[in-house]
Amino acid sequence: MDAAGLHYKELNARLRNAVAAGAQRIELVNVHGQRYIGTDLDSTVDIHIHGTPGNDLGAFMDGPRITVHAHAQDGCGNTMNQGEIVIHGHAGDILGLSARGGRIFVRDSVGYRTGIHMKQYQDARPVVVVGGTAQDFLGEYMAGGVLVLLGLTLGAGETHRSRFIGTGMHGGVIYLRGSVEDHQLGKEVGVAKMGAEDTALLSELVGQYVAYFGGDADAILSGPFTKLVPLYLRPYGNLYAPTHRGAQGVVRRIGRG
Amino acid sequence: MIVTSHNGHTKSYLKPRFRVDIVDERCIRCGCCVEQCSFDSMYFDTQYQRIGSTDENCVACHRCVVFCPTQAITIHQMSIEYKHNDHWRPDVIEDITRQSETGGVLITGMGSDKPWTCYWDKLCLNASQVTNPSIDPLREPMELRTFLGRKPDRLEIDPRTMEMKTTMGPQVRIETPIMFSAMSYGAVSLNVHEALARAASLAGTLYNTGEGGLHPKLFKYGPHTIVQVASGRFGVHPAYLDVGRIVEIKIGQGAKPGIGGHLPGEKVSATVATTRMIPQGTDALSPAPQHDIYSIEDLSQLIHALKEATNYTKPISVKIAAVHNSAAIASGIARAGADMIAIDGIRGSTGAAPKSIRDNVGIPIEMALASVDARLRAEGIRNQVSLVVAGGFRTSADVVKAIALGADAVYIGTAALISIGCTVCQACYTGRCAWGITTTDDKLTKRQNPEIAAERMANLLHSWSHEIKEMLGAMGINSIESLRGNRLHLRGVGLTRAEADILGVRLAGE
Repeated sequence: MDAAGLHYKELNARLRNAVAAGAQRIELVNVHGQRYIGTDLDSTVDIHIHGTPGNDLGAFMDGPRITVHAHAQDGCGNTMNQGEIVIHGHAGDILGLSARGGRIFVRDSVGYRTGIHMKQYQDARPVVVVGGTAQDFLGEYMAGGVLVLLGLTLGAGETHRSRFIGTGMHGGVIYLRGSVEDHQLGKEVGVAKMGAEDTALLSELVGQYVAYFGGDADAILSGPFTKLVPLYLRPYGNLYAPTHRGAQGVVRRIGRG
Repeated sequence: MIVTSHNGHTKSYLKPRFRVDIVDERCIRCGCCVEQCSFDSMYFDTQYQRIGSTDENCVACHRCVVFCPTQAITIHQMSIEYKHNDHWRPDVIEDITRQSETGGVLITGMGSDKPWTCYWDKLCLNASQVTNPSIDPLREPMELRTFLGRKPDRLEIDPRTMEMKTTMGPQVRIETPIMFSAMSYGAVSLNVHEALARAASLAGTLYNTGEGGLHPKLFKYGPHTIVQVASGRFGVHPAYLDVGRIVEIKIGQGAKPGIGGHLPGEKVSATVATTRMIPQGTDALSPAPQHDIYSIEDLSQLIHALKEATNYTKPISVKIAAVHNSAAIASGIARAGADMIAIDGIRGSTGAAPKSIRDNVGIPIEMALASVDARLRAEGIRNQVSLVVAGGFRTSADVVKAIALGADAVYIGTAALISIGCTVCQACYTGRCAWGITTTDDKLTKRQNPEIAAERMANLLHSWSHEIKEMLGAMGINSIESLRGNRLHLRGVGLTRAEADILGVRLAGE
């Protein structure tokens, strides 16, 4: 499908029709910044994008697999429910915002607020794997899911420069290959020990990353990895003083009749 | 932080607010009040075989008063005499005391109880007299039906077929210009959510899910549902967007403009967790900013993402709090592609908000509505959006005045809850609502039967709708459309000239 000169509305309408007609694989060529590609698709169709997709790629998406053979822009996988997005390049800000499921793999680096407000529920556990590094506010308000930063684009001795990592985080887990200083972490986040489950999960995700983008899985997995988890399930549990006496530690007297 | 004395005991300096009086001769010791009180104020004193009360726990919800079979209970404001002071009022002293004991942010429920000027009470409606007759709605048809959604700049009709050539955007029909405000499941009980949904379908109008998602049990009320998308994106998934009739992006709320929502972990029960799609017991945090929206252009992007996600079948609404520059903001929202703008005033209600925000941030809805409507008209884009206003609507007359000031419809929240027993005791955030309204506790939730509650709410809409028809008839108008923005039917009493100018109304006698 040639996207040259097509408005996103038209492009998405054609995608919808193609999927309704039973298309299994769609090659989109000459994509020039059209937004919302893949939104409102709920099948497992395989979409290959040649060119640069616009913002909100795969927003609210529910099933398709999108491969971008270039860079992606902001809002990739916004509130995504299910499916997979594979980006052969960099991605912009708020990647995976509020995603509840599905997987996003980015070969290179990502912008600000990656994985913000990502959440998980029952079997739905969103996963974001980034080959390079990220800007500030990584995993902000994260409520669930898995964020992996492999740091492959960092030079020797260079460390992740993201600050305010996991600010307000109250669920999920972040794995960083390499280390970060304490001052880079949000005050709700702590470093946890890696266990066998973590190693198994990373091994699977790195395996998939390498399958998409190439590289040496063993070398990547040799780490070292830093695991970040929320310190509190309820970071703001003690913020409030109620305005009614009855609400604040109810006074009990004598048994009920 | 709790202030602890040297021996480890804490002593609160807070006084009870209410006194529960039990007339002993009337009391039959049935224990009903003890059972009904969810704030642990009432107890059975086994030693003296009588009912007693822990007054400091009472919130004046009146559940015990209503349910006492012998009317043995009365509740009074606790009369504690401070030296009179108009500045250091008792409520101010109490707030300072409370904060010095806990170190926390004062949190409260419902709308602001501060004496804001209520402009509805300073506006009088017109009535027909000799030259143009009034209309009797008992005999004449009276049109309250309203269509929400973007209207085209002009209509093209094919002169041969008389068919409309203009393609209209999605329109939503409501039979009365009153809808139920956003109240999330989690803030209110599932039975109340169901009651709102049922009442909306009984009355031919819409209710709003709030930002808490939609329980699958209520999907069948989809045609009467406005589904909200807020910063936390709780429960937002493709099926949710598909089932709603309108999708509303929540930017702000009158009770807490500029700040987010926070459903405490205590209220995140198993079913709330299912609906919001988050683990049980975690705090549901939805911060004020949506992190994909930092500008009108970003808002436009989310509006169009939702239009794409719903294949252009539903109007997209944007809800904001009434603030200083509402008119300019609304103009931006209309230009960003929204089909509907909801504005919530400073008297708007909430399940939980910091008291400092609720009582001090935002502006009255009357002023915001008048200025938004005037601005959109001046810019020639009023037709591009439907205007829905909210924030403390108490009577059908408030609704009529809002429509005359330019609203297409209003949202009611507190009034709907009052119809099912709410006494505005302002303890919603505790989750212990004795009326089973603002709770997720299974036992308390059962106090609201969804069918009975729906009927009470639908009755309220029915009576208000009839009163609106009577008022329209009195003005000699037979369609709500003809009243919209028709400020000549309003006159101000006790307004300054500047206030009258902002409202766009003349003073009585002019």
